[in-house]
Formats: sequence, structure tokens, C-alpha cells
Amino acid sequence: MFDVIGRNFVFLMGGLLTTFELAILALAGGIGLGMLVGLARLSKNPWIYYPITAYVNLLRNIPLILVIFWFYFVMPIITGDAMAPFPAAVIAFVIFEATYFGEIFRAGYQTISKDLTAAAFSTGMTYSQTARYILIPIAFKRMAPSLITQSIVTFQDTSLAFVIGLTELVRRSSIVDNMEVRSIELYGFAAFVYFIVCYTGSQISLYYENKAREVNLI
Amino acid sequence: MNFAYDFDWSVLWRDPYGVMLIKGLGMTIFLGISAWIIAMAVGIAVGTLRITKYRLLRMIGTAYVEVFRNIPLLVQMFFWFYAGPMLFGETLSRQINRLDGLAIYVSIIGLGLYTASRIAEHLRAGFASISKDQYHAVLSTGMTQVQMYRYVIIPYALRLTIPPLTTEFLTVFKNTSIVMTIGVAELTFQSYQIDAETFHGLEATTGAMFIYLLLGMTVVKFMDLVERKYKIQGLMGR
Repeated sequence: MFDVIGRNFVFLMGGLLTTFELAILALAGGIGLGMLVGLARLSKNPWIYYPITAYVNLLRNIPLILVIFWFYFVMPIITGDAMAPFPAAVIAFVIFEATYFGEIFRAGYQTISKDLTAAAFSTGMTYSQTARYILIPIAFKRMAPSLITQSIVTFQDTSLAFVIGLTELVRRSSIVDNMEVRSIELYGFAAFVYFIVCYTGSQISLYYENKAREVNLI
Repeated sequence: MNFAYDFDWSVLWRDPYGVMLIKGLGMTIFLGISAWIIAMAVGIAVGTLRITKYRLLRMIGTAYVEVFRNIPLLVQMFFWFYAGPMLFGETLSRQINRLDGLAIYVSIIGLGLYTASRIAEHLRAGFASISKDQYHAVLSTGMTQVQMYRYVIIPYALRLTIPPLTTEFLTVFKNTSIVMTIGVAELTFQSYQIDAETFHGLEATTGAMFIYLLLGMTVVKFMDLVERKYKIQGLMGR
């Protein structure tokens, strides 16, 4: 019954590799940009606050599939050349996921008592020093569970690059399914693979959540 | 580098494309609300299972959340749509596949069950984010366990959970876009269809973005009011 998986194993795993490559680039870009977006969302400077807030609200209200399509359509106009699905997907994911990570960081910064930032300023720290040494590290720790959860979501989101023809795991499963019509085995297998990766991730998230609670951080 | 692109924004209102977008929006709202109803009912039930003191119920709740949360919605949809009918055996599966609007039923159920796992998880996270000191403080006033949950912990957790539930309510409308892959004619499907017919996908998807934006803004404005009303004092704010 599951011989269809065995016969196409290398092909399917090649898709999983593409999934991982896309996820790693999307996470590195999304988290890095997200830290700054989170700070900008708490900025008292209107020239920073309003444009970033508009960007965050715009992207968070739009389905990722549509964002992927949009970048896929707009990139050729900017670069003047047809664009491969992979780089188009990476750009769409970084710009999209940064808004979600940004909101997690903002929530993290907001759990920090005003007394603590006031104390930091009173020692003579500048705003950027306070952000770098106080806000970001504490937010990172407190938000570790949410950050890992969002990373898992990002990993799952990469399956949506399916729609622009990126041959990742789901696209490859559907290619094999079109030839062999073994939907239960193929989509069951894809589901199983995603489950293993994401469940491992969610257990790590749980570990950090419990650890944080032990030392009474949350 | 001589890529010339002639913008043609009339694909947003020209016959028949304008009507296609409107119909797509209607389908998106219908799918979103239907799925949300299923999701809230199942989500609150599963979330409650997860904090009961009965081990078996907790395990069922946990298993539900882990399975639905750790598999991409796209894969779930493909599984329900392509493999789902096959699970009922050959004769029955043929009848199911002949059903009118099968993809729409699959979409609503699939999206509802998926969103339920996320709602259940947010409720649990709300409980988890409350400091132990607060539990101790409440108990030291002489309240019983039940009173503690009823009057302090649950209201506090719900207030903490408003932002993620807002996100979830928005997400359910956005996630409806995934069912374009099983051929349901919602908003994203329609904008992609316009691209297939006119090669003006950029205008069509930009138009669809603004329609989603208006839909989302409506939800955010509403939830902002809710959040402000139930804001917890003394935490860092803007």
C-alpha cells in the first residue's frame, strides 16, 4: 500500500529539502526584521510609528497566498525579467513574516514594566542601548514560546509556495498523486512529515515555556 | 531590460471581472463566518478539555490540538478533499465525489477544525501566562479553587487572550484563500482567474488585497474597541 512512498522517496525528500531551505531563509529574515518592526511599533516618533504601523496592518490583513502571488507578479516588472519561484517566495515570506514576528516582539516589549526602562534610562543608557541590552533580550526570553510557535507556522506556511509552482514537499506529493492516484498515502505521508517536524518544534516551545515559568519570568 | 508593462486597472470593474471579485468576497465572508462558528464551538470545548483534572480528557484535548496544529492547512485541505472520500470505501466515495459543492463543505469543515485547535491553544496560553504569585495571592484571600478560576484567572486570561483571538478571527478570513487550491471560487481564486484570462494579475491581486484590507480593518477596529475596554493597567503600553 505504501510502496508509492518508497518508489518516490528520493523525489519527495528533495521537496522537503526545498521546504527547509525556504523556511530557514524566511525565519532568519523575518525574525531579524521583526525585532526592529516591534520597536518601531512602540516608537513615539510619528515618522517611524505610522509608516511601520501601516505596513504591519496592511500585510497582516492580507492572506499569504495573495502576497506570494503579488510578489510573483510584481517582481518581473521591477527586475525586467521573469523570476524563479524560489527567490520570489523568499522575498514574499521575509516581508510577510516580519510583520508577525514584529507583533510578537511588540507584545514582548509591552510586558516589560515601565519602571525597568526608566531605571535603564536613569543609569544613562541611550534608547538604542536600552533596546539592545534590556528590551530585546527580555522580550526574546519571555516570547520564546510564541517565537517558536510562529517559526512552526512559518515552516508550515512554506507549503503555500505550492501556488507559484515551487516544487516543495506538497507540490511534489501532488505531482506523484496526479500520476498514481494514491491520495491517502501521499497526503498522509506529507502530513506525517510535517507533523514530526512541527511537533518536535512545539515540544521545544513547551520546554521554554515551562522553564520560564519556573524562574517566574512569565 | 526593456520589460514594458501596461497597467490596466479596469480589470477591477470591467464586465465580467468586477462581478467576479464581488462574488469572491461574498464566498470569502460566507466561508469565514461558517468556519468561525465551528471553530469557536469546537475550540472552547477542546480548550476546556485541556485544563480539566481528568487525565484521559486532557490527553484527548492535547492530541486534537497537536494533530491539527502541526500539519499545514493546505495539506489538511488536500487530505480531506482528495483522500477524505476514499476513506469511506469505493461505492460511498463515488457518491460523495458527485455531491454538489463538495469542495465548499470540505472547506468549511476543514477550516473550522483547524481553527478550533488554534483557539483552544490560545486559551491555554492565556492560563499559562498568569504568574504563580497571582494564584497564590488569590488563594491567600481565602477563595476556593473554583472561585479562583471563576473570578480571577479566567477573566484575566480572557483579557490577555483578546489580541491573539483578534488575530485568529482575522486569520480565519485570510485562511479561506487556501481553498482556492481545491477550486472554491473565493476572492483569491477569482483574482487569479482574472490573471488567467487577462494577464493582468498584478492589478487583480492588488485589488483583492485592498478588499481583504477593508474586511480586515473592519474586524480590527471592532476588536480594538474590545481590547481597549478590557486593557490591563500597569503594563507597558504606547
